[in-house]
Amino acid sequence: MLSLEGAVIAQDGFTLKADFRVKAGRRVAVLGPSGAGKSTLLAAIGGYVTVTQGDIVWDGRSISNLQPNQRPVSNVFQDNNLFPHMTALQNVGLGINPNLRLNAADKQRVLDALIAVGLSGMEDRLPAALSGGQQSRVALARLLVQQKQLVLLDEPFSALGPAMRIEMADLAQAVGARIGATVMMVSHDIKDVERFAEDVLWVEDGICHLPRALGDFLKDPPAGFTSYVGE
Amino acid sequence: MARRVLAINPWPGLIVAGLVTFFSLGTLAAVAIRADSFGALDQFDVAAVRFTIVQAFWSAVLSVALAIPVARALARRSFWGRRALVTLLGAPFILPVIVAILGLTAVFGRNGIVAYGLNLAGLEPISIYGLHGVLLAHVFFNLPLATRLLIHGWGSVPAEQFRLAASLDFSGRDVFWHIEWPMLRNLVPGLLVVIFLICTTSFAVALTFGGGPKATTVELAIYQAFKFDFDIGKAALLAGVQFTICGVAALASLWLAVPQAVMGGQDRVFQRFDTGRVTSKIVDGVWIIFATLFLAVPLLAIVMQGAPYILSLPTSVWSSALRSLVTALGSAGLTIVFAVSLSLAALRWRWLEGLGMLSVAASPLVMGTGLFIMVFPFVEPARVALLITALVNAVMSLPFVLRAIGPAVRACEDRFGPLSDSLGMTGWARVRLVILPRIRAPLGFSAGLAAALSMGDLGVVTLFARPDGATLPLQIYRLMGAYRMEQAMGAALLLLFLSLALFYLFDRGGRGHAKS
Repeated sequence: MLSLEGAVIAQDGFTLKADFRVKAGRRVAVLGPSGAGKSTLLAAIGGYVTVTQGDIVWDGRSISNLQPNQRPVSNVFQDNNLFPHMTALQNVGLGINPNLRLNAADKQRVLDALIAVGLSGMEDRLPAALSGGQQSRVALARLLVQQKQLVLLDEPFSALGPAMRIEMADLAQAVGARIGATVMMVSHDIKDVERFAEDVLWVEDGICHLPRALGDFLKDPPAGFTSYVGE
Repeated sequence: MARRVLAINPWPGLIVAGLVTFFSLGTLAAVAIRADSFGALDQFDVAAVRFTIVQAFWSAVLSVALAIPVARALARRSFWGRRALVTLLGAPFILPVIVAILGLTAVFGRNGIVAYGLNLAGLEPISIYGLHGVLLAHVFFNLPLATRLLIHGWGSVPAEQFRLAASLDFSGRDVFWHIEWPMLRNLVPGLLVVIFLICTTSFAVALTFGGGPKATTVELAIYQAFKFDFDIGKAALLAGVQFTICGVAALASLWLAVPQAVMGGQDRVFQRFDTGRVTSKIVDGVWIIFATLFLAVPLLAIVMQGAPYILSLPTSVWSSALRSLVTALGSAGLTIVFAVSLSLAALRWRWLEGLGMLSVAASPLVMGTGLFIMVFPFVEPARVALLITALVNAVMSLPFVLRAIGPAVRACEDRFGPLSDSLGMTGWARVRLVILPRIRAPLGFSAGLAAALSMGDLGVVTLFARPDGATLPLQIYRLMGAYRMEQAMGAALLLLFLSLALFYLFDRGGRGHAKS
């Protein structure tokens, strides 16, 4: 279980307050107007931004002072998820060993992960030789080998077209289920959210509201959500 | 507050920073300890100080004054061969000084093409030695530099301004005063200071074209005090004077806006509306032809006069070429290690990059003097001549190379830092797998630049080398001194070829198989 306990995150003169819990294995959409602090929230959980007050706790253990790679967290960012000079196999292999020294068993794990995301036979391609959707699949395959219990997706598919986004949201859901991870995804698109999420975490004006079940949230949305969606 | 992940150990960078500081300032301290009091400057030394400043001043003024019309012509005319000419303008930066000296001698010297023409007209040939020659060589090197930077300046003027000028029916003079003059006023003072600084430390030019009581620079005086009188105290004192001159000029360049793009930069011809008049076309054409001839003819002279002799060069030339190649490759390697370490440490402490630029103000001859004083009690200086040459060349190349590598490393970390952190890529794995592959192009360019600069260097090595341990530029200088001009020409062509080949191969290697 992830819990933010009275956490205050300050970045560039902007402050975000977060005090909530997410149960293990849930799929949570992080929603809110742009500039509300969604990405800052994920950056704090991921270890890129320090919390100035309070604590971030995973399974009863504080992770606030750990380096990003020491946390039980794997990421897909908005962009720059793949190294352009490495093949698909190498890009995924980094999730097993950051030195890229892979033995036969490691390589097999990578190949299995690539097959699981639908990229069999493409392991030797450079990102430039893959479509945008295929590049996203490589990033998702890496989550499979990393086996981290908390997956953070920060608008990972925003560069893709609507149909592809939905396909990727489904795949992200499958990947999360396969490793049994808690998945938090920032999104701008309510369609992605309806497809993917069990819970919604509403962020507005520097405050993270408590996560609510998706149906509940859509039935009785906060005032800011109505003006955000424009309905 | 953003968390600063300390992914790469900054110690190598700190060590390099210490080394650069030691080479730039520590050598000066070594020199200062040995220096006599300032009263020991005799009248010849005072004359050397005056000559250094006077020639550097006029070199800067002439280079910039001639560069303005050339740059203006190139900025507003497109013609066949324009790109080749702009590329040629970049060449003097990696051209060995001694090659240019020989080329200029072939054109402007006593037996040169110009003298031949003057003779036909019944005029006395002009002497290439003394102030004339020094200015000629300095303009040869710095006119192209100034022109490239000024083309950049013209390129930075928004195209709308010229369109506006056309709609307001500006004359050529109006365009100059309202649009071009404000740009020049910003750029020219910095340019003058940079060229002044370059010309105070261009030892090889003074060594070949200068000399005598009337045309000795401070650096040449250091060399003479060392080489002929073995008067270390005097050399040390002069080194202090030289450092002061460079330091003042470097401080002035910090204070003024100094144009940055040394190489590369954008190169477009803007559509202009004030260029239709026939007189302006003729004037631009004349300037373009002047610049082309001034740069190309001396180089062609080397190629044509050197080619017949290149295969019959004595063994001593070939062995010195080998020595130079080893030194240049070593220096390029050191430069890359220095620049990458420093850039990585500068991710954390930005001012370290500034420290790497310190050698801009340092004179290689002062470094050489200081190092000579320091190693003299322990080893015979000639035994470490090539090592010290490679090290000093690397430190001297660092300011140019850091401008390419520093921003590339920062851009790579900005883009791939979070991903690398997330995957736990730290230390050498991060450098090897992420940073080096991503900065391949600037790395290749930098290695080429450093190798070419070291290949052509005729500076520190003159203080250290024994007769049988010369580098190729030093060997050429000796051939010139022995009036074996054919061999000197042949060797110069060899040096020209090697320098350009080194630059080309490294630069190409960095760009080859470019992956997105």
